[in-house]
Amino acid sequence: MPSSEQLAQLILSGITQGSIYALIALGFVTIYNVTGVINFSQGEFAVIGAFVAITLSQKVLLWHGQMTASLEWPLPVAALIGVASAVLIGVLLYRLGIQPSRNASPLSQIVVTIGASIALRGLVLLAWGTDPYRLTPFTEGPPFDLMGAILTRQSVWVMGLTVVFVVSLFLFFKYTLIGKALRASSANPGAARLMGINPRWMGLIAFALSAGLSALAGIVVAPVTFMTFDRGLMLSLKGFVAMIMGGLTDPVGAVVGGLILGVVESLAAGLISSGYRDAFTFAILVVVLLVRLGGFIKGRKGEALERAGL
Amino acid sequence: MKLNFSPERMAVIIFVIVIAAAPFVIQNNYQIFMLTLIGLYTMLTVGLSLVMGYAGQASLGHATFYGLGAYLTALLSARLGVPSWAALIAAGVLSALIGYVLGVPIFRLRGHYLAMATLGLNVIFVLIMKNEVAVTGGPSGFTEIPPLSLGGFVFDSDVKIYALVWVATLAVMAHALNIVNSRVGRALRAIHTSEVAAESLGVDANAFKLKVFALGAGYAGIAGGLYAQAIHFISPSSFDILVSIELVTMAAIGGLASIWGSIFGAATVVLLAQFIRDKLAEGLGLTGELEIIVFGFLLAVIMVLLPEGLTTGGLKLFREWRARGRMN
Repeated sequence: MPSSEQLAQLILSGITQGSIYALIALGFVTIYNVTGVINFSQGEFAVIGAFVAITLSQKVLLWHGQMTASLEWPLPVAALIGVASAVLIGVLLYRLGIQPSRNASPLSQIVVTIGASIALRGLVLLAWGTDPYRLTPFTEGPPFDLMGAILTRQSVWVMGLTVVFVVSLFLFFKYTLIGKALRASSANPGAARLMGINPRWMGLIAFALSAGLSALAGIVVAPVTFMTFDRGLMLSLKGFVAMIMGGLTDPVGAVVGGLILGVVESLAAGLISSGYRDAFTFAILVVVLLVRLGGFIKGRKGEALERAGL
Repeated sequence: MKLNFSPERMAVIIFVIVIAAAPFVIQNNYQIFMLTLIGLYTMLTVGLSLVMGYAGQASLGHATFYGLGAYLTALLSARLGVPSWAALIAAGVLSALIGYVLGVPIFRLRGHYLAMATLGLNVIFVLIMKNEVAVTGGPSGFTEIPPLSLGGFVFDSDVKIYALVWVATLAVMAHALNIVNSRVGRALRAIHTSEVAAESLGVDANAFKLKVFALGAGYAGIAGGLYAQAIHFISPSSFDILVSIELVTMAAIGGLASIWGSIFGAATVVLLAQFIRDKLAEGLGLTGELEIIVFGFLLAVIMVLLPEGLTTGGLKLFREWRARGRMN
């Protein structure tokens, strides 16, 4: 039987990891609600954001060690540029990949985003190689003690910033004109169009927003876990699982789904087998899909399932 | 009896002659092995295009069954002492059977969920192969897999393996073509166009999807078994998600719903990868990353411009262009 300290530790690290899944899932929901596309390159934005921020703020070897970057800019500036690069790539992906294939089947669209994700992974590998990189923690200092469990300062940053990002996103959707337009075109694209809302712009904004959100997630978590070029696909898959757990179209559900996924994964890895950490995600997915609750949060079941073609 | 030499039949005959003549013309063992690889990938792509192109069902974890066939063959022949030919057949049959059983829950899903579940299947498979070290050899792989031997004849040289693989490939293609042109093939296309309409006309969509998925898994199992017996060594990384996506690229290049296109897709990807590795990457001082970038972009671009695949979509464009020319 595991001690209560051990359990608390696993739950804490699960929440830290789950915050990242939550942010990525939120990006998935934003894009899906506005454009109806499942964007499997979502995780790559987190990787790119983190790598750009790392490169600008600390010493990094580039292009197979042929170049050394030692700009050592302040972290907020580096993070901002990291987010901006991801946003730019997100916008390009939408304009060049998604928009031209908007009438294609969902299967082709998924394959487009998977192709983009593989190409981006290759570009990251080209620039940064296979070495894992770690961002310096945002603030130095000893970790906190919480009910016998260790809580690092960066974990506090992760949880705090996740709350900040999620709250600002909800405020953005609720009170700004663009946010309202986005909600309108996901609720009823036809009517939104009649009101003069351009669906192409909305799609572009959704991609930019989601790419930025994922990049922020990647930057915030980079001090906790090392960042490697090949983490993107797994982050995408987990974000997608969190999105499904939350009921596909529900942003609140996606956040809760991400946190639950993080905690369950951490508990299963700590108590059962760490080698099978990623397998538990899919075990959860299969259970959720087959029981088909339509999400944990609320029963917008009919709508969500209908949109997914079920 | 009148001999019927339609252009199509001529093309098939020429194709078989070229395949049979290749080892006499090409004396380089490395090139022969590349052709063998094309054969193996063709078998995989044929199965995938039945599922994705004809039945229209997302399958992003096809490498699972390739790996399953390889590991089953290795386990049966190297650990349990089953004769190598029996191990190969058993691997094909078991892969098909496992595909069928896994397909039962998986094909209750559709669209995005199906894509996700098949990807997940691949992730779980690779994790099991990596973690169950005692059985599979773990991340460092499974070694000393005996070559195929039939009644004292051992398939141990590159040319012998080439012949074996291509006989199997042609058999798989003939079988798949037969299916596509039968009632089953028409049912699959009907499901692709509209599942509801197909069901209302008495097509049991789920049963057909399951059968074709199991068949694709069986082809992949045989390809995996042949691969294991050809190079005597397998490791989990040869069967991970990236391989599955590479297979989707081959199917996309071949024109998703095209059996003949599968050879074209497999050959393009294998030869392009070889070209990038041997010529381009070395010149630029790079290793594997260029390959990933090129294939990622290629896949995305093909799906954006020609969602039906390079050959099918390209032919359609060509026909439209010609028809327009005739009208003017």
